[in-house]
Amino acid sequence: MTMMERMAVTDQPLLRVEGLTKRYGPRIGCADVSFDLYPGEVLGIVGESGSGKSTLLSCLAGHQRPDLGRITYDGRDVLAMSETDRRRLSRTDWAYVHQNPRDGLRMGVSAGGNVGERLMAVGARHYGEIRGKALDWLGRVEIAPDRIDDRPSAFSGGMQQRLQIARNLVTSPRLVFMDEPTGGLDVSVQARLLDLLRGLVRDLGLSVIIVTHDLAVVRLLAHRLMVMKSGRVVEQGLTDQVLDDPQHGYTQLLVSSVLQV
Amino acid sequence: MTDQAYNFAYLDEQTKRMIRRAILKGIAVPGYQVPFASREMPMPYGWGTGGVQVTAACLVPEDRLKVIDQGADDTTNAVSIRRFFQRTAGVATTEATTEATVIQTRHRIPETPLKAGQILVYQVPIPEPLRFLEPRETETRKMHELEEYGLMHVKLYEDIARHGQIATSYAYPVKVEGRYVMDPSPIPKFDNPKLSGNPAIQLFGAGREQRIYALPPWTEVVSLDFDDHPFETSKAPHDCDLCGAQDSYLDEVITDDQGGRMFVCSDTDFCAGRRAKGHAGRLGAGQKSSKTFANSFEGIWPGTEGAR
Amino acid sequence: MIEVHDLAKSFTLHNQGGAVIPVMAGAALTVAPGECVGLVGRSGAGKSTLMRMVYGNYLAASGSLIVAGVDVARASPREIIRLRRETLGYVSQFLRVVPRVPTLDVVAEPLLALGIPAAEARNRAAALLSRLNIPERLWPLSPTTFSGGEQQRVNIARGFAHAYPALLLDEPTASLDAANREVVLGLIEEAKARGAAILGIFHDEAARARVCDRLVDVTGFTPSVAA
Repeated sequence: MTMMERMAVTDQPLLRVEGLTKRYGPRIGCADVSFDLYPGEVLGIVGESGSGKSTLLSCLAGHQRPDLGRITYDGRDVLAMSETDRRRLSRTDWAYVHQNPRDGLRMGVSAGGNVGERLMAVGARHYGEIRGKALDWLGRVEIAPDRIDDRPSAFSGGMQQRLQIARNLVTSPRLVFMDEPTGGLDVSVQARLLDLLRGLVRDLGLSVIIVTHDLAVVRLLAHRLMVMKSGRVVEQGLTDQVLDDPQHGYTQLLVSSVLQV
Repeated sequence: MTDQAYNFAYLDEQTKRMIRRAILKGIAVPGYQVPFASREMPMPYGWGTGGVQVTAACLVPEDRLKVIDQGADDTTNAVSIRRFFQRTAGVATTEATTEATVIQTRHRIPETPLKAGQILVYQVPIPEPLRFLEPRETETRKMHELEEYGLMHVKLYEDIARHGQIATSYAYPVKVEGRYVMDPSPIPKFDNPKLSGNPAIQLFGAGREQRIYALPPWTEVVSLDFDDHPFETSKAPHDCDLCGAQDSYLDEVITDDQGGRMFVCSDTDFCAGRRAKGHAGRLGAGQKSSKTFANSFEGIWPGTEGAR
Repeated sequence: MIEVHDLAKSFTLHNQGGAVIPVMAGAALTVAPGECVGLVGRSGAGKSTLMRMVYGNYLAASGSLIVAGVDVARASPREIIRLRRETLGYVSQFLRVVPRVPTLDVVAEPLLALGIPAAEARNRAAALLSRLNIPERLWPLSPTTFSGGEQQRVNIARGFAHAYPALLLDEPTASLDAANREVVLGLIEEAKARGAAILGIFHDEAARARVCDRLVDVTGFTPSVAA
């Protein structure tokens, strides 16, 4: 389904977040965060270190349990789900791309095995078909087919990150969480990855929540932008509007602090 | 100090009770690894401390104990464990599978089919089948809890990708009653089919890792595989050179430095039984015991744990 | 197609003592289908600001801004995204693309976003690039390496790839030679002929005279004059 069709089919948000709050003792991780994410939308979350954007992402992805608030995915109350159901969701409908590919890959397992793992986790038991799908996905992320049996430790940083993306997308998830996916990559490698991600979002109709501190990345990737400071959302809106006509003092500071090339 | 200074079967009664509770829980939840407070035993880890503790907890004075190591009754490890229980429990011992009530084993299931009422105790070096892929115990426990076993197939996938077939030949993972994935201990995969639907009680003890698990009689045990790469048993493509058996698991024995070798049953009791009935292989019935030659060699567990 | 009523805009500079700078008040204009309206006024009078507000790039302080029935001043980001994808095109003066993406794909992208098959989208992109005299050997290269004039033409090709019912043009003929200027004016005329409503900024007076049906002087919308 193309993004157009997906968007036309449903006017229901894929993910609805209401009043999400996470405290670490007296400290606020994130507070009172609310937003809707629709199919095919890319939401960027920016803010400096400690602004609560990573806490928010890990609460959304189910890695941490928020203290307050509701998360509704596709009409289901995520926080009320059993852990079995939630983990199944995170293996099928959801994906999580880590900043460091080493956190998201099995470094001792071949590229094909890495891509095939999610398929096997949901019951694929035909070696030939698993390998076929792995090859297809390696192709989509521009990894040569003859590297399928190599371990990721033999790959460059950019290749590892592309492999992590293939591993995550092989089960056709609908919602992808990304934590600084282009961090730690060379600029030229970043560009290739950005292009790849844009194409995948467009062709697969993915909904993406991407946390980054790189404003250039969100401008090119995100439809909408949320700016966080001290655990709270200070501003949200269309990405280019927030960046070009920021309303909040903090956003203005953030935008004006970017070095121009 | 006299032998009578030992409590029956060496362990004190409280410890045996604790181990029995773990065994009963294991039997109630087939394939589930039950933690237990493994004791120091008068032998090093890797020599069967888990199996010895389970055996000690199971033994009653009327039992007849058989101990095998890779199928053989006459290797050092088997002999010393047998002597240990002779001395501390005073139980009768035997080398005949059919006569034994409790059999402690390392790396084999006897060729002679087991019967109801028998207990087979396995020595287990690493009880966690997911360990080599997922080092975190917290995570593997969670995976068992939630039946997240995709990783097990990743291991088999890697085998086929690297070797063109499932090259895992021992400690081949199984699924128990459609629920828990279990490491059957380093038995050759040749023995895997015997795990399933077995009338005997099968108990697994891992001393260093402090885990006990079990298969009650008639439990369904399925070896993991792929649709297009189904599970297959394997053995050396020979007959036993001593007894001529075609369907028993064989050890390869190097007999000289000129390339001479022979294949013999790894199960010494089975082999001797056949020869007593007049069966003979390529080298006839002249040899006394296959393990006289085989002590220095074994082909199924090249790792360190559990190996002497 | 485009209706602007009583539109106001100010910038609040939070990091400079919270200074509030009103830049526009009482702005109003309409653009009918098939019509091209030119914005005029001295530099800094707010032509680009108004254009950016119509596109949803700048937030309106008050007033309404209806494009194809959607009030851009109040619409949710999601509605604006859809409006931009299907209805409202924008040729800005700057080309903002992912580095290393081939020119052909940059131009085809708006069509791909509409779900048009890749081959068809690339054909349309190729036709526009040829017409705008971008040599075929440059198509597989990223436009980030191109000269200013080439980048401008790639930008125009991208803006005209899809037949948007409404189009915003910010200096489309600047830095173009006569031949290419002619091509762009032709594209604008064709868009008008198919019924597109066009709002544009043209410093090039001859071009303005040729394609614009009406002119709106934004000087009248500056707050000091309006107050």
